[in-house]
Amino acid sequence: MPQKLLSRKAACNTHGQDSSYFLGWQEYEKNPYDPQTNPTGIIQMGLAENQVGTPWTTPPPASSSSSLPLYPPANAILSFDLIEPWLERHPDAVGLRRDGALVFRELALFQDYHGLPAFKKALTDFMGELRGNKVKFEPHKLVLTAGSTSANETLMFCLAEPGEAFLLPTPYYPGFDRDLKWRTGAEIVPIHCSSSNGFRVTKAALEKAYQGARKRHLRVKGVLVTNPSNPLGTTMTRDELDTLVDFVVAKDIHLISDEIYSGTSFDAPGFVSVMEAIEGRQHVSHRIHVVYSLSKDLGLPGFRVGAIYSNNEAVVAAATKMSSFGLVSSQTQYLLSVLLSDKEFTRNYTAENQKRIKERHDRLVQGLRRSGISCLQSNAGLFCWVDMRHLLNSNTFEGEMELWKKIVYQVGLNISPGSSCHSDEPGWFRVCFANMSAATLDLSMQRLQDFVASRGGCASRPRRQRKKPSLGKWILTLSSSDRISDRGC
Amino acid sequence: MFEWSRDWPINGHRSESTLPNCSFYFFFFFSARCSLFRYVPEMTGHMRIYGGEHPNQQILSRIATNDGHGENSSYFDGWKAYENDPFHLTGNPKGVIQMGLAENQLSLDLIQDWLKKNPQASICTGEGVSEFEAIANFQDYHGLPTFRKVLISTRNAELQLLVLTVQAIAQFMEKVRGGRARFDPDRIVMSGGATGAQETIAFCLADPGEAFLIPTPYYPGFDRDFRWRTGVQLLPIHCHSSNKFKITQAALETAYRKARNSHVRVKGILVTNPSNPLGTTMDRETLRTLVSFVNEKRMHLVCDEIFSGTVFDKPRYVSVSEVIEDDPYCDRDLIHIAYSLSKDLGVPGFRVGVIYSYNDAVVSCARKMSSFGLVSTQTQHLLASMLGDEEFTTSFLATSRTRLCRRRRVFTEGLKRVGIHCLDGNAGLFCWMDLRPLLKEATVEAELRLWRVIINDVKLNISPGSSFHCSEPGWFRVCFANMDDTAMQIALSRIKKFVYRENDAAVQAKNKRRWDDALRLSLPRRFEDPTIMTPHLMSPHSPLVQAAT
Repeated sequence: MPQKLLSRKAACNTHGQDSSYFLGWQEYEKNPYDPQTNPTGIIQMGLAENQVGTPWTTPPPASSSSSLPLYPPANAILSFDLIEPWLERHPDAVGLRRDGALVFRELALFQDYHGLPAFKKALTDFMGELRGNKVKFEPHKLVLTAGSTSANETLMFCLAEPGEAFLLPTPYYPGFDRDLKWRTGAEIVPIHCSSSNGFRVTKAALEKAYQGARKRHLRVKGVLVTNPSNPLGTTMTRDELDTLVDFVVAKDIHLISDEIYSGTSFDAPGFVSVMEAIEGRQHVSHRIHVVYSLSKDLGLPGFRVGAIYSNNEAVVAAATKMSSFGLVSSQTQYLLSVLLSDKEFTRNYTAENQKRIKERHDRLVQGLRRSGISCLQSNAGLFCWVDMRHLLNSNTFEGEMELWKKIVYQVGLNISPGSSCHSDEPGWFRVCFANMSAATLDLSMQRLQDFVASRGGCASRPRRQRKKPSLGKWILTLSSSDRISDRGC
Repeated sequence: MFEWSRDWPINGHRSESTLPNCSFYFFFFFSARCSLFRYVPEMTGHMRIYGGEHPNQQILSRIATNDGHGENSSYFDGWKAYENDPFHLTGNPKGVIQMGLAENQLSLDLIQDWLKKNPQASICTGEGVSEFEAIANFQDYHGLPTFRKVLISTRNAELQLLVLTVQAIAQFMEKVRGGRARFDPDRIVMSGGATGAQETIAFCLADPGEAFLIPTPYYPGFDRDFRWRTGVQLLPIHCHSSNKFKITQAALETAYRKARNSHVRVKGILVTNPSNPLGTTMDRETLRTLVSFVNEKRMHLVCDEIFSGTVFDKPRYVSVSEVIEDDPYCDRDLIHIAYSLSKDLGVPGFRVGVIYSYNDAVVSCARKMSSFGLVSTQTQHLLASMLGDEEFTTSFLATSRTRLCRRRRVFTEGLKRVGIHCLDGNAGLFCWMDLRPLLKEATVEAELRLWRVIINDVKLNISPGSSFHCSEPGWFRVCFANMDDTAMQIALSRIKKFVYRENDAAVQAKNKRRWDDALRLSLPRRFEDPTIMTPHLMSPHSPLVQAAT
């Protein structure tokens, strides 16, 4: 098939699906762990993503009889047991009924792209609640989209022309290459962040990225951050947010804050939304846009509920029109409008969910520590940003890939290498912990411990010259036994 | 529990859009709900676009600030009129009746009955809730080729859903086409409604600036779906009432040549079959012509078949899939079908669209793009159960067709009694109504004046042909399946009253010898039935919309 018959988008690979991030899934899919049927299989720890299910590696159907790209497993299954009893108590909501009467007809025909008013109200209330009700979210500034994937792309379509750029702090979520760039033609310019200050975004780094873009003759249209950060699992400080806001004001550009993990913030310092940070500031609100989704906070990625929240009326209007390309099923809107309107439920759910995430997070951190592995201190998200620099044979991304392959094939854990997140420093990995049982998590930690132990003296000496102090207070201190292994025995 | 408001139906009924020659509009500040239509008339020359309110809107994208979404068109003023004053049998009996909405409400009771018998399908009660976790979490793309070969694992519940949904859709598509075409579940990609399906197809097949040919009149929403964000152009293949708007080889050649002469690369042809707005199906000959044309020119053929389940009368429906199965010489890589359950099942709110491509690369690319508009798994679950129930789908389709057929017959016969004719149709949820005899002159302006009278005085929201890029003024699309029998009868009686009033006015005018015969004779009246003698009273409303081509 001559490719020129298709579009460049169809023929090129800017969809980013050839990244190693997704190769790990392919491996997982070939050999998925199951406690009964496949106890030696690969444990999926690469999964916290919204679009994990996409067929990253699917070859064309006709030739794909042997490939096995599978559906993803659950990603935030920690708290489903909280939702299910609610559903049992509310058969009306799930059964498309209101006061016992079927509302099917209304729902089937409902296709207003402004969404069900009751649902938007419930969703904005929920967003406010997650932010401690310090910010009031108004339904008419909310645009519903089919997941945050679509929300991010829609904002790009609204804010940037092909060839214009957004600045993103590294490391960043690998899916952004597709969501932000593929069909819109926009560019991503990295804001380089490093472990030396715990990957915080600084004014200097912002300025450098901006100038770098200008040197490439790219017009910068905005900055996009994830807060809480994916993959770091950290929340932004008030100072960081102020720096960002000052920067976008100074440069006359936009700020997109992807806050899809806002409900997972389980520890101090608490999550501060950009909407809270700009309260009281003049002339900024129209350039600030928030992306939200229920995939992570409620653990409902299959329901495809995303949203854009913006004070900019032109953006709301354009994005609303664009939402036609991916609306939320009215049936789903109805169910969730009833669910989220139950304030007692949402409060309990969020509190319990955060408690469980914290427990699981601590379990992972402790498990890693037993193997002498530390991670960036974090307080949110469904993953940790794990420091395995001391396990690298060389301080390069080749070294990282080499280690990653060992972890996937030998240890049987699918984790995501930092390079797939555009990390600037080799040796970091994103490890997800909320998509499995505690027993599975323990098993994965045991495997890792065995692996590190087996390297023992035979592991080749790390060649890099690591500056210990650079880790600073941001990194959990290593246990003494780790220090030994860290020195390569 | 909550209030319903239906604004702008998304899928089937969207606007016409910027015409190539129209310049830009100023946008006032928008409020999400109600200011979609605020614009001031055309500015001359090439104006920069400003957002208004905030200076930063100068730094929004052109897509966000231009008119490509097409909502600032005449088509939608009608919607607005309806919204401001919606008809209700008891609550607002004098309100505007919505006949601009191609929605199928005639058989929803059948689905409702099915739901009552199959409560587990909507993941409620008992067994249903137990599936909640798997369904809520399941977020896969659609049509995984190897799903049948998957290992048995604990996660298979999730996979089952995918298998069932895609298979059920394939089965349903075959049933709709009388079993005369085969659909491979592996080639089905689900998308957010037909709207999402069309945009995805455009993204896959063409680069910005490249063009698709499209027979006129065509569904105004294509201007948004196919063009807006993709930058693809739609170039008209002009069709005429003289041969019942059929696509001819000559018209194809002309459109193609014209594009080539202006150095536009033509990447394919986009057709609706059954046609929206004509309500007709394509004959096999026309489809063959199209297939051989795209093979000869090495370009794509996209068939939008979202109304295929509404074919209620002879001649029987022929899908492009049937034609290419008979044609060993056709390069199947060039053939793509868009489908949706919004019309055939009458569930537009569920946002289920389908891309079916015979081209592996397109299937693969579309599947990746489907991440931007996946279908809720809760909804997939419901539909997989429903469409998997063959007994139900068989009787649903049969009953739905019978009802549509009856509705159309009653409606068109009612129109005929007052001398209004429609293009012969055998499908769809609408008629293509010929009001040319009522036009003062054969211009778009006259058409829009008549249309304003119909909306404001007759209180019917119907859609003017110009919004469908029709090349002959005087045609209107009238939807008949989105209301009950009573509302339809009221609509008919309003039309009758209007026509009688027009006739009376004409007679009076004649008596007073103030009638300008010369003008009437100048109308293009090649084919319409001459029994209608209805001159017109034109309201003095100013035509505030830009003229369509």
